Formats: sequence, structure tokens, C-alpha cells
Amino acid sequence: MYVAVKGGERAIENAHAWLAEERRGDVAIAELSVEQIKSQLTIAVNRVMAEGSLYDPDLAALAMKQSRGDLIEAIFLIRAYRTTLPRFGNTRPIETSEMECERRISATYKDLPGGQVLGPTFDYTHRLLDFKLAAEGAPTSAPERKASGDLVPHVAEFLNQEGLIEEAPRDDTTPPDLTREPLELPAERALRLQALARADEGFTLGMAYSTQRGYGRTHAFVGELRIGQVAVEMDIPELGFAIEVGEITVTECETVNQFKGSKSEPPQFTRGYGLVFGQSERKSISMSLVDRALRWEELGEDNVGAPAQDAEFVLYHGDNIQATGFLEHIKLPHYVDFQSELELVRKMRREAGADQMPEAAE
Amino acid sequence: MTDYNFAYLDEQTKRMIRRAILKGLAIPGYQVPFASREMPMPYGWGTGGVQVSAATLTPDDTFKVIDQGADDTTNAVSIRQFFEKTADVETTTETSEATVIQTRHRIPEEPLSEDQILVYQVPIPEPLRFLEPRETETRKMHALEEYGLMHVKLYEDISRHGHIATAYAYPVKVEGRYVMDPSPIPKFDNPKMEMAAIQLFGAGREQRIYALPPYTKVVSLDFEDHPFDPSKAPHPCGLCGAEHSYLDEVITDDQGGRMFVCSDTDYCEKRRAAGHVGTLTQEAAA
Repeated sequence: MYVAVKGGERAIENAHAWLAEERRGDVAIAELSVEQIKSQLTIAVNRVMAEGSLYDPDLAALAMKQSRGDLIEAIFLIRAYRTTLPRFGNTRPIETSEMECERRISATYKDLPGGQVLGPTFDYTHRLLDFKLAAEGAPTSAPERKASGDLVPHVAEFLNQEGLIEEAPRDDTTPPDLTREPLELPAERALRLQALARADEGFTLGMAYSTQRGYGRTHAFVGELRIGQVAVEMDIPELGFAIEVGEITVTECETVNQFKGSKSEPPQFTRGYGLVFGQSERKSISMSLVDRALRWEELGEDNVGAPAQDAEFVLYHGDNIQATGFLEHIKLPHYVDFQSELELVRKMRREAGADQMPEAAE
Repeated sequence: MTDYNFAYLDEQTKRMIRRAILKGLAIPGYQVPFASREMPMPYGWGTGGVQVSAATLTPDDTFKVIDQGADDTTNAVSIRQFFEKTADVETTTETSEATVIQTRHRIPEEPLSEDQILVYQVPIPEPLRFLEPRETETRKMHALEEYGLMHVKLYEDISRHGHIATAYAYPVKVEGRYVMDPSPIPKFDNPKMEMAAIQLFGAGREQRIYALPPYTKVVSLDFEDHPFDPSKAPHPCGLCGAEHSYLDEVITDDQGGRMFVCSDTDYCEKRRAAGHVGTLTQEAAA
């Protein structure tokens, strides 16, 4: 005899309790601190900040601890928190040309003003497991040199002096904000860039990779990739001038793309742009490739029907919080819909004479 | 949760949502874009409905949440607890007691009244989405009232299967103008949409709100020679004997045994309290 299920509330409580226990893991092992996560899992913290759209390493680390290392879950926690925060105002645009670079490389010039600075990169490491790390190792230190303090010029500017690359004139119009306005198409470039900056790293990578393999190829060179600190400044009306409210680390990538010219544009190099919170190289390079692919229309290129050229496709499917929510919602009960499908399939099978419907047990 | 505003959302956001709701009520069946916020529950789990409820609730309201017709399904419990915590409103499981009812996939069996609001959670607000994946195209189609594609789809169903093969989220036409997705309610519920209560539809992930004012004309799409048929399982409820309520099918053993019970738990309980019995309750008593 069936008894109506009345356990929802208690089941949820118990599930939460179990989850908390699992999150803590073996209590004989020291608990992971938020500080440890923040200082030792920085790349993951950066990803949570970037896709969570909130620059706060402490909160990102806390979210990672709470989510048991599920980064999309951590990003979700950050997003849900972020949306409740009051907005005091807007900062000035950050000046990446004034960045204190930790890393700055160009794939288009062997050497250039400001130099090639590798910085803390995995690039030339051999991917061999370092079993020393499994034991407690002594702290390591890197050789140091005093920073020159000179500004590092943007690579694209060298090309611009010759008129070889499209102009990127300064534009001070307030960009749209998709966290405050519903996404409407066609989306201008600033809006697309905002969406890409928040988009899932894996999705963006896949889209960028598809352009490299020929689905809307744009022949990208990494003109420049730079990582470092920039000042965040805000105009304070009471003071009448801008003050620095803090520093953030960002990764900026500018690609230089071959362009044979079109009816509207002369042959010249074009640009793809990526800017992401923290050290997030893969994401920023991916972003700049996808940005460039999405610009086919303004540059008068052909739409070859590639997914990465399709702004609606990219913008509607790149957000991992939207995607994971909708994907996982199919875990929720659907028995009402399923029941109506069941009746329909039975009816259609009866009409097709496919089977005899078993009688309900009474 | 003391730091959060009444019903979680800040007043500015609620005002933005209310404007979308009012616009929706003014143009019944039209999908109004709104700047959906990230909620502390996942997209696809009722964030649209939750935002609409948050913008609709007042401290004097009595709130009911159902999922699949039941108050005790896990996600209904979770959403009810959310508003108990953030809005401190009275909650109820009784349909007639509630002033605001948030629902997923069902319309209560008991007719609603003019002082009630029914809030639907909507996964895909666009009725034309599975015929045309592009939002830019479907918005144009609505603007031009170009619904031929939908009729062709229904016609193809009939020519292939002998009848329209849509069992839930069955499209409707509102006041002779907009084709609207009624959210994934079974088509059995479609005729109930012409009701006294206000109906609000919230799609959080898709950033759309739409609405039906009381007594709006809502017609399920069909053809003269293939009229709409709001069918359901041909059984009475095993617990309360109701003949005209929507039923869940419950597998009772591994021998193919099954039973049919009301999906609307409040309706079923009320009937049983009033002395109605089904075949199963009779058996158990015997």
C-alpha cells in the first residue's frame, strides 16, 4: 500500500547534514583553511573570481571550501552573493598600459620595448609529477631583481604606428551591463566581451579551439599577453578627484589577426581582445579568439556558419551558472510531464496495435 | 539571513520586476525581457518564479508552493523554506488559504479566486523555441504574428500520429494574439487557465516574464476537425476516488503493479477528509 511521501523536509535537512560532514572529510586530518586555499590554489581562486564576476580572493577561497572544490558551484555561490551587493558607483576604466607586469610575452616579436618576461608560468615545465610535493617540502624561493618601474607599452601600438592594424579608438561611452539589463541581441562588442569575461573557461576554450581548427578561422597570433597589477580608481564626488581604491591582478590578451580586407576595410591586421581577473591565461587567450570570430559582421567577413561566429549561440550558452542550473534541473521531479507522455505513448501504441496495455494492479 | 531585504531581493530589483509584471499584464501573453538576478538557487530550479513571487509578496500574504501538484516535493519544500526565512510570510498547503501560489508543472484542481495570484516557474518561455532555436527569429515571428510554423508542426503530428503529439507545455493562444507557452503543465490543465486569479509566469534563466490577467481568453491550439483533447489517465484516484483530477502513476511492486493517485495532494487530502474513498483506501480498510 502506497503511503504519500511526506519526508521532503526531513530528507533535505539530513542531506545537508551529510553534505557538511562529507565536506569536512576525515576529521583526523587538519581542516583546510581559507587562507591556504587563497594562497596555494590561486589559479582556481582566479577562475572563481573571473567567472563569478567578483574580485575578492577571500570570498572566492571561502566559496571553494564550501563547495568541496566544485568550481562551478563556487562560482555560483559568488554570483548569488554578488547580486545582493549594493552599488556605490563605478570605477574609472583600468589602464592596462600602466600595468605592473609580472608576465608579458609577445609571440609576434622576438624582442621589443619592455622585453619578454616569462613570469610564473607552467609553459616550459615538463609535466612530470613532482613527488617531492607529496612530502612536506621546504619553501622555495626565486631569484629576484628590482623592477625597472618603466611603463610597458602595448604591442599593438607598434603596429598601429605603421597603420598596419585596425584603430581601436578610445571609447568612453558607458558599456552595457548584462547583470543589470536582460541580454538582447544584436549585442555590441562591449556586451559580448562582458559575457565572454564571465563565460565558462571550458566553453570559451572549446569555442576558441574550434576557430583554430577551421570553424570560422581567424589566424590569430598572440600579439601580447600580459599579467600584472593595475590600480582601480574611483571618482569621489565629494573630493572632486579620483582616488585609488585598490589594486587588482588581471590577464590581458590581444591577438593580432590576419585580415585580407573586405569591401568596407583595407587589408590590415585586426584585433581580438581578452581581459580576465587574475592570472587566467587560457581564458583570456580563448576570449580574444572568440571575440575576434564574433566580429565577422563589422569587418565585412563572410559568415561561414561556424558556431564561434554566432553571437546568439555563444552568448546564450557560455554562462556555466545558467547552463549547469538548467542541465541539472532535470534531476527534479518531472512525473507530471512524464505521466502525460506515458499516456500519450500508450495511446499511440494502442492505436498502432503494438501491445496490450497491462491492467493497473488494483 | 537578517542582512537580506524582505523577500530577499532589494527594493530596486523588485520594482524592476514589478514593472515587467505590469507590462506583461498589459500585453497578455507577450514575453517581457527583464534583468533576472542570480538567486541563491540554481537556474532551472524556479528562479523566475521565485523572483516573481518575491516581487509580489507582501507581509500579509499567505504563500503556497507546489511542485508536480504536491506541497511536499523537495524543491517545493526548499522554495517555501526560502520565503519563510527571507520574508517571514505565512505559508500554507491549502489552496483556498493561499493568496500567492507558486507552482511548477501544475494548476491546482480547486478553482482559484480573484484575490489569488498563481506564479508559474517557466523553463523555456518561448513556445516556438523547438521549431526555431534563435531568439532573434522567434521575437520577430511573435511581432509579425507569424505562427504558421506552429500550425504546420501540429498538422504534421496529426498526419504522422493521427493526433497532436504534445502532452504537456501544450501551446495556447492568448486573447487571439500571442501564442504562449503555458509552462510544462499537462495539457489536462490548459482549460483551467481561463480563471479568476492573476497568472504570472517567470523564466529566470531566459530572463522573461509574461502574464495573464483574470478571465483572459486562453485557447489551446487545435484544428476544427481535430479539437483539443485535455486527456488524462482513464482511472479514478486510488485514494480519494476523484474522477476528474490529474493523476500520478505510482509503481507499487516489481510485478507491474501500479496505482493512480491525485497529483494535487491538497485536493486529495481535502476529499479524503470529507469522506471520499478510493479503491485502495477501501481495500486497506477491509
